[in-house]
This record gives sequence, C-alpha cells and structure tokens, in this order.
Amino acid sequence: MTQSKRSPAAAAKPAARSRQRRLYRLRRWIPAYLMMLPGLVYFLINNYIPMTGLVVAFKKYNVRTGIYASPWNGLHNFRFLFTTGDAVIIVRNTVLYNLAFIVVNMILGILLAIMITEVKNKLAKKVYQSVILFPFLISIIIVSYISFAFLSADNGLINRSLLEPLGKESISWYTEKKYWPFILIFVNTWKTVGYSCLIYIAAITGIDDSLYDAAKIDGAGKFQQIWKITLPSLVPTIITLGLLNVGRIFHANFGLFYQVPMNSGSLFDVTNVIDTYVYRALLKIGNIGMASAAGFIQSVVGFVLVYLSNLIVRKLSPDDAMF
Amino acid sequence: MIRTKGEKAFLAASHAVLLLITACVVIPFLLLFMSSITDENELVAHGYSFWPSKFSLEAYRYLIRKGSSIFRAYGLTAAATLIGTAAHLIMGSMLAFALSLRDLPGKKFFSFYVFFTMLFSGGLVPTYLLYTNTLHIKNTFWALVVPYLMLNAIHVLLMRTFFTNSIPSAIYDAAEIDGAGIFTIYTKVVLPLGKPILVTVGLFAALDYWNDWLNGLYFMSDMDMYGIQTLLYRILEDIRTLASRAEGASAFATIQIPSTAIRMAIAFVAIIPIVIIYPFLQKYFQEGIALGAVKG
Repeated sequence: MTQSKRSPAAAAKPAARSRQRRLYRLRRWIPAYLMMLPGLVYFLINNYIPMTGLVVAFKKYNVRTGIYASPWNGLHNFRFLFTTGDAVIIVRNTVLYNLAFIVVNMILGILLAIMITEVKNKLAKKVYQSVILFPFLISIIIVSYISFAFLSADNGLINRSLLEPLGKESISWYTEKKYWPFILIFVNTWKTVGYSCLIYIAAITGIDDSLYDAAKIDGAGKFQQIWKITLPSLVPTIITLGLLNVGRIFHANFGLFYQVPMNSGSLFDVTNVIDTYVYRALLKIGNIGMASAAGFIQSVVGFVLVYLSNLIVRKLSPDDAMF
Repeated sequence: MIRTKGEKAFLAASHAVLLLITACVVIPFLLLFMSSITDENELVAHGYSFWPSKFSLEAYRYLIRKGSSIFRAYGLTAAATLIGTAAHLIMGSMLAFALSLRDLPGKKFFSFYVFFTMLFSGGLVPTYLLYTNTLHIKNTFWALVVPYLMLNAIHVLLMRTFFTNSIPSAIYDAAEIDGAGIFTIYTKVVLPLGKPILVTVGLFAALDYWNDWLNGLYFMSDMDMYGIQTLLYRILEDIRTLASRAEGASAFATIQIPSTAIRMAIAFVAIIPIVIIYPFLQKYFQEGIALGAVKG
C-alpha cells in the first residue's frame, strides 16, 4: 500500500526537480548577466550604434531628422571626395607615413633592445629603459609644445641658437613642406620607439642563454651572436608586430599630424591624413558628406586589413593572434 | 664574468648610443622646464635657451595668482580621470569576470560582442553625431568622461585572461560550496586576487584620461569646460591664428595670450603627475605594454 501510494509521487518528483534545477541554474547566472550589463550597454552606445551610423556616407545628412531618416543620395559623397583629388593625397600620406613609422620603429627598437639587454648593470639598464619609454606616456599636446620650442620661426631654439650663430638664414619651419616628412618621422620615433623597444626586450630576454654559451665556445664574436642567434630568434616577434601594425595602417595618430604641424595650411600636402581630413571636413568645414565618405573608406578598408593581417598572424604564431 | 675584447667594445658602444638617446629624450623636457623659469624679456630677445642669462619664477607666480581658468581645467581633467578610471575598472572587471566563468550560457556570443569592437569601428562622424545630436553631451562634464575612454575591449579581454588563468577554479568551487553567490565571489575572491591586472589596466586608463584632448576638441565649444590638455592645445592654436594674421594684428590685440614662459609653465605642470608616479609604477607600465594593454 505504502508502495503504491508512493510511486506516482516518486515518479513525478524527478521531472519537477530537474525543471526546478534548470530554473535554479539559469537563475544562478542572473547576477553574472547583470554584472555584464553596464559594459555591454557601453559598447552598444560607443561602438555598435556608430557602426550602423556609417550609412550616413550614403545619405544627404539632415540635422533635424538625424542619420537614419535622412534621404539617400547614393555614391554622391564618394564621387565628390574623389573629384577633389584629396582622397589620393590623404590615403597616400596615411599609408606611407605609417609604413615609415613601422620600419623605423622596428629597426631602431631592435637595435636599442639589443644594446639595453647587453647592459648588465641593473641600475643603468633600468634608467635607459625608463627614460626611453617616458615620451610614450606624454600627451601629444606637450610634444607639440616642445617641437614648437625648437621650431618656432621667431624664437625657436633651432633658428635662434643654431642657424643664427652659424650665420645662416632662419627657416620658417611651419610653412616649408619639404622638412615635414623628416620632422614627423623623427617626432613619432622619439615618442614611440620606447614602446617597440620594450616589446623586443621582452622577446630577447626569452631567448635561451645556452644558445649564446654554445656559440661562444665555438668562437662566435658578438656580431655573429647577434646575427646568428638574436635576430633569427626575433623573427616571430618582428613579423607579428609588423603585421598587427600593418593592420592599423589606415589609422593615423590624429594629434601627431594635426597639432605637431600646428594645423598649418601650407603643410597640408604632406601632413593631411585620413583622420585629420575627416576632422576638418566634419568640424571646421561642416561638410558631413565628405567627412563620412572618407570615414567610411577608413572603417571598411581598416577592417579588411586588420582581419587579413590577423589571419596571417594566426597561421604563423597562433598565440599572438587577436582571434 | 669574463668578457672578450670584442664584447667590451660592444658594451662601450652600447653605453655611448644609449646615453645619446637618453640625452635626446631628456633635453627637450629640460628645455620645456628651463623656458618656464626664463625671464619673459629674455625669451623675446634671445629665444628659448637651456641656460638663460636671467631667471624668473614670474610664470609660476602668475599661475598661482591669476591661473583660475588653468586650475579649473586642471581640476576638470583630474575629476574626469578619477571618475572615468573608476568606471572603466568597475564596468570592465565585472564584464571580464562574467566572461571568465567557465559555464556561463552565451559566453561565446558575449566574448565576440566585446572583441568585435576591436576590429571594426564607425569612426568619428557617426560617433560625433550620436553623442552631440542624440545624447546632447556637448559642453557637459560627461563629454570628458564617456566617449571613447570609458571602456575598451583590449582591457576587458586582458582582465578576462588574467581571471581565467591566475585564479584557480578550486577557489570558485570552494566558494560555491560555502554558498557564496557569483557577486560575492567577484568581490571577495576575484577583486583581491586580480589586483595586479587591475592596477595595470587602471594605470593605462588613467593615463588615457589625463592625456586626452580629443574629447575636449570634439565636444566642447565652451572654453570653461576644457580639460588641461585641450586648454593647452587652444592656447597654442590661438598663437598660430594670431601669427598668421599679423598684418591685421590690431584687431586681435584684445585676445589674451599667455606669455611663452607661462605657457611652458602650464605644460610643465600638466606632466608633473606623470613624472611623480612614473618611478614608482614603471614596473606596471612596462608589464602592461608587454601584455599589449595599449595599441602600438
């Protein structure tokens, strides 16, 4: 009797219990989802909604109706961008400067990293490493103040303390185009070489010491050790870092190209990059069509480049790939 | 350690090059500081110099006496840095912690949702239009805090990796047996054990806020709402504007532009916080860069 009474209840219980357990399990995750919420909402606002806003490049923007309700105007914005000839200049400048930055930072970064790891005195090593990294932590505005102190036409250090005493004529740095490719590469190197140097130091520190010991026993000199051991060991880092930077080749450091040349109009041919162009078109000229067309190209080509470079990195060194 | 002749020569050459590079870094900052303590007339007559014939602390005295707009900008930047970094760390660590939970349903989707923001972006135009025309953030304090800087995917993913790898799952299991909920595990286990990564990420977030001038440039038309970097930018911009219109200068003579020494003093004051914390926290800066906490 007791058995027959019990059995239906016992049969019903596991089903109810498992449903309950599943509910309990899901409810258990609720705090986790709630904790994710602020961050997810932020990315929605700051990143995802602007992504959908890229359609503005194909629209005739109307302030009153907003992006999505503005009328379409096909490729008009792009046609306008390309007929002015600006598109070619800004893409050329962005890509070429970035290539130069990548190459110079790589060569100088490796060279300095080799030298710093050679220094065995701990204090000296620390000082070199910290000092080289310092400009990386300073805002580009401060950098523009410093370069202005050197380059100002009236009382800059170079004109007043170098060219004047030598009896040479002073140079109007902020209006002479020909110097700026060098100045920009120099300033960028000054500011960022510490960063790549640090990454190469980490890679060199990871090289097995016994390789060097073996080479020494075989009578290899310093340069042979660097050439035969250090540099080959750095190849994966070089390729990875290079590819990741190539992935960002359509994005320029706005401040470097805008504020270091002091937004000087006579330099635009050699200082205008996609980012400065978009900013000026949007906020100085108020031509949203042109700005959004250039921005659209930057976003899309930038995406393709990041994607492709990562595919290659993933093939070569899966640990360093972003995905 | 025994060194061969060649090694000694290489070491000596290394020191020489590194000293030269060190000088290249230090000298510009020295020039910045020296011109801030140079007498203004001296600056006008002889230009910037490393060792002026006449020193003056007038620029700093001026800042203390009349620098209310500068202190205001300084304070705004400091407030944005504090609030923004706190928000960055709280939102970021909560998100990263949830993504590090092994069995969280939908984990893959949410990880991709975070990660994809690193691959693709809408760029300036749609972002600007959203923040100004829809969210009406222009000329409010929040413009210094919210756009671009309040969270970034790299930091979230770095924290997630740290939480996954450095906190043994046995700790989670033990906490769960004790009846601790997810939020308790976060506050009692993950935050204390995750300190190293929180310091590193917080440091870079704070640096981004302190050095930011773009949010001010994009979203502020009211100079009273500028942070210190945007104010510095604006002062230099005004000088250029003035110089390029030198012929008609009389019309612009009413624009108040701080003298060279004062400008350099403001710039120097703006890097002081970094100079002060750098020696103590440089380990975290270097670790953060090696981890990839910043885009190159």
